Amino acid sequence: MSKANLLDRRQVVSSLLADRKDVVAIGGLGASTNDMCAAGDHARNFYLWGGMGGAAMIGLGLALAQPKLPVLVITGDGEMLMGMGSLATIGLQKPPNLSIVVLDNEAYGETGGQTSHTSAAADLVGVARACGIEDSRSVTTMAEVEAFAKAVHDVAAGPRFANVKIDSANLERILPSRDGTYVVNRIRGDLGFQPI
Amino acid sequence: MHARADAAETTAPTWPDDIFATLQRFDVRQVPYVPDAGHSRLISRVLASSSMRGIPLTTEEEGVALLAGAWTGGQRGVLLMQSSGVGNCINMLSLIPILRFPFLTLVTMRGEWGEFNPWQVPMGSTTQGVFELSGVKVLRASDAAEVPAVLEAAAAQAYNALTPTAVLLSQRLIGAKVFAK
Repeated sequence: MSKANLLDRRQVVSSLLADRKDVVAIGGLGASTNDMCAAGDHARNFYLWGGMGGAAMIGLGLALAQPKLPVLVITGDGEMLMGMGSLATIGLQKPPNLSIVVLDNEAYGETGGQTSHTSAAADLVGVARACGIEDSRSVTTMAEVEAFAKAVHDVAAGPRFANVKIDSANLERILPSRDGTYVVNRIRGDLGFQPI
Repeated sequence: MHARADAAETTAPTWPDDIFATLQRFDVRQVPYVPDAGHSRLISRVLASSSMRGIPLTTEEEGVALLAGAWTGGQRGVLLMQSSGVGNCINMLSLIPILRFPFLTLVTMRGEWGEFNPWQVPMGSTTQGVFELSGVKVLRASDAAEVPAVLEAAAAQAYNALTPTAVLLSQRLIGAKVFAK
């Protein structure tokens, strides 16, 4: 069901990645990883097709290993709910170069649109803030998305978290590579690492 | 305390220091962990280290995903947990063959060798099987003298040959936990 004033997920992700420069982006299992591909394949895109609940932690490992690079996790409400404890882990480490965006359609869109916990009580912005991620925002306009996209490049002021309420429309699937080893080694190569 | 250790020890065991030295030599940088009494000395060494970052987790599967990210960013890591945490990792272990990153985990065992708490026994009994079904090779250290060689072999095959490896630090090595009233 579409509600008024909800943002379009593809527009949100395109805006987040439009001026990405050296950003490494991680797309959580589900439509988020497709949205990232729809915005344009990139050597620094990390597409997840599994490991539900792990996107934010992959972001943390990358952010700690590459403290000068902006690391941006883009995931869904269901994926974030499964890895909610990782917000406490990130709130403890406080990596200043890590940003997390949740595309919140209040539903498990990949499995038939069953409602998620954010449709009723669960407030992920409140959870993130209470876990120590002080810059935690609820985003409802494209202007706020653009402001967050700019903030992502400030690798000294994070971690930051944004929950973006999006339309629950199911869009045409734009499928990224399913070869995880290729995806990881492509990022590593772009960062200057040799194969083992 | 661990009064039921196989060998009566009057001083703190030094095998955790052997582990720390091996990890340092292999340039391990990120050390995610869920605390366990058997890992307490190693965790203290990691937290005091300038080259390693100890990262407390809320659940062990976070550590598997973290190590994938660390490797993508050019760093090696090791996951410290106890046997009960291995079950928490199962689905996330699928990242290892899919992404092909070096995976080393050091697991302190419960539920064996003089265990007092029956609740530890089911997961402790299936720990090795869970790893093997998930494609992770299992090595075991049962006494302090073999820890350096086992760690060396585990780190070498994990980091040089990308062979996912778990080292089980047996309850015989760490000592069964005693619950004094």
